[in-house]
Amino acid sequence: MKPKPPHGRLFVNARIMDPETGRDLHGDVLVKKGKIAAIGKALPREKFKDGKGIVDCKGAVLAPGLVDARVFIGEPGGEHRETIKTAGRAATAGGVTTMVMMPDTDPVIDDVSLVEFVHATAAAKSPVRILPAAALSKGQGGELMTEMGLLKDAGAVAFTDGRKTISNAQMMRRALTYSADIDALVMASHRDPHLGAGVMNAGANATRMGLAGIPREAEIIPLERDMRLVAMTGAKYHASCLSTSESVEVLARAKDAGRDVTGGVAVANLCLSEIDIGPYRTFFKLSPPLRSVDDREAMVEGIRSGALDMIVSNHDPQDVDTKRLPFAEAADGAVGLESLLAAALRLYHSDSIALMRVLECLTLAPAKRLGRKCGRIAEGARADFVIFDPDAPWQLDDTKLRSRSRNTPFQDALFQGRVLKTVVAGRTVFKQDG
Amino acid sequence: MVEVSKRSDKHRNTLPGRTLINLFYENSTRTSSSFEIAGKRLGMDVVNMTVATSSVKKGETLLDTAATLNAMNPDLLVMRHNAAGAAALLAQKVGCAVINAGDGAHEHPTQALLDALTIRRKKGAIHGLTVAICGDIAHSRVARSNIHMLNALGAQVRVIGPSTLCPSSIEELGVTVFRSMEKGLPGCDVVMMLRLQTERMAGAFIPSAREFYRYYGLNEKRVKLAKKDAIVMHPGPMNRGVEIASTIADGVQSVIVEQVEMGVAVRMAVMEMLAEAREATTV
Repeated sequence: MKPKPPHGRLFVNARIMDPETGRDLHGDVLVKKGKIAAIGKALPREKFKDGKGIVDCKGAVLAPGLVDARVFIGEPGGEHRETIKTAGRAATAGGVTTMVMMPDTDPVIDDVSLVEFVHATAAAKSPVRILPAAALSKGQGGELMTEMGLLKDAGAVAFTDGRKTISNAQMMRRALTYSADIDALVMASHRDPHLGAGVMNAGANATRMGLAGIPREAEIIPLERDMRLVAMTGAKYHASCLSTSESVEVLARAKDAGRDVTGGVAVANLCLSEIDIGPYRTFFKLSPPLRSVDDREAMVEGIRSGALDMIVSNHDPQDVDTKRLPFAEAADGAVGLESLLAAALRLYHSDSIALMRVLECLTLAPAKRLGRKCGRIAEGARADFVIFDPDAPWQLDDTKLRSRSRNTPFQDALFQGRVLKTVVAGRTVFKQDG
Repeated sequence: MVEVSKRSDKHRNTLPGRTLINLFYENSTRTSSSFEIAGKRLGMDVVNMTVATSSVKKGETLLDTAATLNAMNPDLLVMRHNAAGAAALLAQKVGCAVINAGDGAHEHPTQALLDALTIRRKKGAIHGLTVAICGDIAHSRVARSNIHMLNALGAQVRVIGPSTLCPSSIEELGVTVFRSMEKGLPGCDVVMMLRLQTERMAGAFIPSAREFYRYYGLNEKRVKLAKKDAIVMHPGPMNRGVEIASTIADGVQSVIVEQVEMGVAVRMAVMEMLAEAREATTV
């Protein structure tokens, strides 16, 4: 690690945005020993005599580093798709400073030693913070509980079967009951393995294309079941990635009833719809699937109204071998760390959602849900932040992605809003060229 | 083209020296032989590749196979594959023309063209006709291609079948859905039966073939519900006694054998036009 300047670093001329306090001011941020030491309109610069240590943000937004609650990484077992190191580098380019690593690896992260492996590897190789989530069921088999207490003590931030939905309601009930005892967060996916066995959103488009459909009910039924189980057990529950308008309503009703539930949405489901699949483009084959245009709008409204709490990248690197196949045979998933902020900013530019609200869904909300102190610009907080120009136009070039895989649905997409610098613990880990 | 096939010398050497590869990932007798005969009548060198004898069984991917075949410089590739969109994917990766001979439950364009030719020869025109497509719509690429073709040519299209075999929102393709033969057949000029595709039925779609025949099989009584001069079609291969009674399949209203005959002519026409168009653009 580079030696830190004695007086820390002073980020000046920034539009400081903090979703926790609602603060939105033009000023400076002083960083000392990896933490934010002061925030103010014109902080004293006497100690930085020769200008060394002063970073001019040129009016760009300085916001908390993004916290991405759903990232799939191939290590261990699928290093050809992504390693902890490459995912970390991709994260820096996207302004993500903390990410939750899903346990869908080979072997599945269902054991204390594997949680420790992730921690150790991340500390050694990743420029950003990686929080491991552990499996809810052993081997993600959906039948036996993992050692949740031990895993939590080892540092697992949440429990999830990742891409899988536990179909055994008794197992889910017990896991939720047990997790409530130890105050652990359960993050669930919703796709009934039988009803949801199709390959794209069910409807006229799937019919026309001759592809098996995934009905909306394949998501709504397990979500409704889980809401009943949450009511029964009092568990702390997060619905990872929702995709239908009814799901937003189901979640909102559970919140109204006072349940400890939150919901997330993948940025792809906020920006894209099934129409974008076009001529069997497998980079648009995702899980949850891209739904109708109306669903996309409902998800955006969910973010606006607060029915949905957070936006995730649902980063899921896939190799050429699993994507360059006929649509029905191709794997689900898309990379998303590097385009997360830019894609989410479409909500600000096109759907007129307040910039602060978009940032909250990307930073504070996931941080709070995970019980972490990150996701804030506050004195004493860790100096993890992203500096970005919310209006800068750019085009995504998939050959320049830092991720080991290039399966992005935003190939050649035009974006407005670009990460300029990513700072982790006061150290710049990414700087945009030019 | 139809006349060519009726002569004793069936050669129409318009495409000599061109290479046609038939790539069949699914078993097919009539379609692959139809393309083969069509190709040979045009004077092409025809190579047939089927899954059983190719390296596909050894785990080679579709695109690797495509690259390999492409390197042999064929002029036309005919492909049947069990995945929707496979032909489109192949076409992106090879330099020659690709003819879709059926991709999953998506499309089977030459079948629709040969059906159109058959109907036109029997009925004079397609515009204004009422056509019922009956049975297993969900798994049928023939149904989808015919729905597009018939709508484009101005026919009224009905689909008749149990709900489990009619995909969601099929109405949006421009058809009227009926749940019983008794309601859907009256007034029809053309009754197009489909094969019950038991091999694609991953789950339980119907209780049994016997029950399906009882309610949706085309028998003598049901044929009489359609117009007196209605024709009966089937893309083959037929499941006699499942979707169609033998007496109907072999009866006077049946044009099933003629469909096969038209298949060769239509495929010759498609290949000739495609080759001509490509050669005109590359010169």
